[in-house]
Amino acid sequence: MTTDSAEPKYPEHTYLNDGYSLKSWLLTKDHKRIGILYLISITFFFALGGLFALLIRLELLTPQGDLMQSDTYNKMFTMHGIVMIFFFLVPSIPAVFGNFLVPIMIGARDLAFPRLNLASWYMYMAGAVFALYAIVSGGVDTGWTFYTPYSTAHADSHVISTAVGILIMGFSSIFTGLNFIVTIHRMRAPGMTWFRLPLFIWAHYATSLIMILGTPVLGITIALVGVERALGLGIFDPANGGDPLLFQHLFWFYSHPAVYIMILPAMGVISEVITCFARKVIFGYGFIATSSMLIAILGFFVWGHHMYVSSQSEYAGLIFSALSFLVAIPSAIKVFNWTATLYKGSITFEAPMLYVFGFIGVFTIGGLTGLFLAALGMDRHVHDTYFVVAHFHYIMVGGALMAYLAAMHFWWPKMTGKRYPEGLAMVGAIAVFVGFNMTFFPQFILGYLGMPRHYHEYVPEFQFLHIMSTAGASVLGVGYLIPGVCFLWSLIHGRNAGPNPWEAKGLEWTIPSPPPTHNFEEIPVVTEEPYQYTSEASSVRHS
Amino acid sequence: MSDTLNGQSRLAHHFVDLQQQKSAATLGMWLFLATEVLFFGGLFVAYTLYKLKYYEAFVAGSHELSITLGCVNTAILITSSLTMALGVYGAQTGRKAFACNSLLATLALAGAFLVVKYFEWSAKFEHHLVPGPDFQFDVTHAAAVVANPELLRIEHVKMFFILYYIMTGLHGIHVVAGIGVIAWLYTQARKGVYSAEYYTPVELVGLYWHFVDIVWIFLFPLLYLLGRH
Repeated sequence: MTTDSAEPKYPEHTYLNDGYSLKSWLLTKDHKRIGILYLISITFFFALGGLFALLIRLELLTPQGDLMQSDTYNKMFTMHGIVMIFFFLVPSIPAVFGNFLVPIMIGARDLAFPRLNLASWYMYMAGAVFALYAIVSGGVDTGWTFYTPYSTAHADSHVISTAVGILIMGFSSIFTGLNFIVTIHRMRAPGMTWFRLPLFIWAHYATSLIMILGTPVLGITIALVGVERALGLGIFDPANGGDPLLFQHLFWFYSHPAVYIMILPAMGVISEVITCFARKVIFGYGFIATSSMLIAILGFFVWGHHMYVSSQSEYAGLIFSALSFLVAIPSAIKVFNWTATLYKGSITFEAPMLYVFGFIGVFTIGGLTGLFLAALGMDRHVHDTYFVVAHFHYIMVGGALMAYLAAMHFWWPKMTGKRYPEGLAMVGAIAVFVGFNMTFFPQFILGYLGMPRHYHEYVPEFQFLHIMSTAGASVLGVGYLIPGVCFLWSLIHGRNAGPNPWEAKGLEWTIPSPPPTHNFEEIPVVTEEPYQYTSEASSVRHS
Repeated sequence: MSDTLNGQSRLAHHFVDLQQQKSAATLGMWLFLATEVLFFGGLFVAYTLYKLKYYEAFVAGSHELSITLGCVNTAILITSSLTMALGVYGAQTGRKAFACNSLLATLALAGAFLVVKYFEWSAKFEHHLVPGPDFQFDVTHAAAVVANPELLRIEHVKMFFILYYIMTGLHGIHVVAGIGVIAWLYTQARKGVYSAEYYTPVELVGLYWHFVDIVWIFLFPLLYLLGRH
């Protein structure tokens, strides 16, 4: 793809060839190898969650429930949600790219607690085993939200093993967040001041705060569900005067901030990639950095917007509504600053950048429809409809997942030392964008027209939009296969990447690709502000 | 001399010096304790909500608990915090025997706490004050201790005991975990691992143990004292 014939040399000592045995991987304390372990595990769960999505979309092709019974359908969307949220999206960018990049980007040799980091992967896997056990032994049908009293008293499916799986997985998330915060506080290289940190690091710092402050509440809540079901100690059980709404409050105290666990790291990725491919200093560094922190903090005070139609008081609803509107401000600050970064930049359109463009557009739609849902009156109309489904898929799939793919393409050469085929990857990015919008835009309309979520049968009038959605999902599915092909191809046939294939700024691009085990021969001294790009287009990238 | 050598070898490859390593470990422990606060926090929220809703029943339930045993356990746990602090002091000043004895005393007190807890719980079991099909509670007996006995519902007393068992049980699990790590500290301390240069593990376990103590300091008045005359 490049005209210069001198292919960069592949480094002699890398973290990848520092031992080939299974043991050298399974007992590794190297943050980069642990990142790769996570990459493999979450890719598996992404495929599994995708399989459930496929079955859901197939069922919804026709208004009748012809592919599966309603009970089976309940299990499908439950397991799709649980797998995608807890076992893919929450760990995705932090556990793969955060693990790999946080130490390198701040000039450290590893995370502060390497053993804890390895333990976090084992906790993740242990949680995964429980969840998989629940799935293969008949599934779980409570919805990913485990609302009581259905989950505690009525559901006749594998609630306890799923709950145990999520509880254990939660600890892996806490370990990761704790490790990042300590690392960012204590391990920065000389000269790496707080306001020289890459925005990816700021995003991960904010994410980690949510992880360590929110996840324990999910842990105790889900444990209480398990205890109520297993031992009959019914803290949410109305028979003892227990309040199911208490469950909803505790659950959403984590699970709304969890949305920001999924999107904040994605925003960090966007900030890194957009400035590189616009060849410009990021616009509004301080605003983007502090908006991450604002989102993390405000995110803890908006959970009640999931409960407008519960028996929550209308004054509580009013306050939660106002607070939810506030979250739009830091989110919009980011979008405006990214757009301003593009202004007069020397923009190029490699695959990571295509994903970034997709992200900004899709995230804006997802964010704005979030405001519809934050409004009390509007929410009453579209609550529990496909409008909500479309909204959060715009944030989670169009937002978080596209950023994850941008990160995959952007840092793949760093992680493996190999280039992927750019042309094919660009086709993949376009397929993902088109497929995504075809899948989920019709769902906004469906929801607005009154199609409720969680139903496998519907009135025939909705069929056209459902067919469009399923067709889009097929395009999206193919779109996800293409990067997989690109990456596997690159491992065998890819050209050597060299230390800095994108001519990007940042400490990770100053060391060989793939990096050596201890990252830096000598701890670097940072002397300049981040993102010092010059607007001259790079000769290598444009040849 | 050998201490310094020991100290150096304890420096993990990715830290610049022991001081950075120690400050990282300390921050890590404080963050862990923050997660613990949130973990217990969910239960405290539940307790507060139901206490406000079912005040009479919670007062009646509270009267079934033994203040004597609760006080004894509070005294035991506070004393164990003192011996733990002495253990840290001993390790810090390089007084091996003193550190070891203090840790042993902490272990003994933690064990005593669990023994008292065992007698408390078994007394409750005998009186059928265990949530479940056998749960029995004499409402007429409670009528004397609450202001508005007509508001009292037996199922709400049951809720009090559910919270009592879950909260003290979760705290008990933390005590057991504490016994495990303090026992490990003790074996390390006997080997002479800790010195004025290196005593981070003792200090951090000390922080954890004080946290376990503080949780009890909240549990004791909430469960045993509030609303009693």
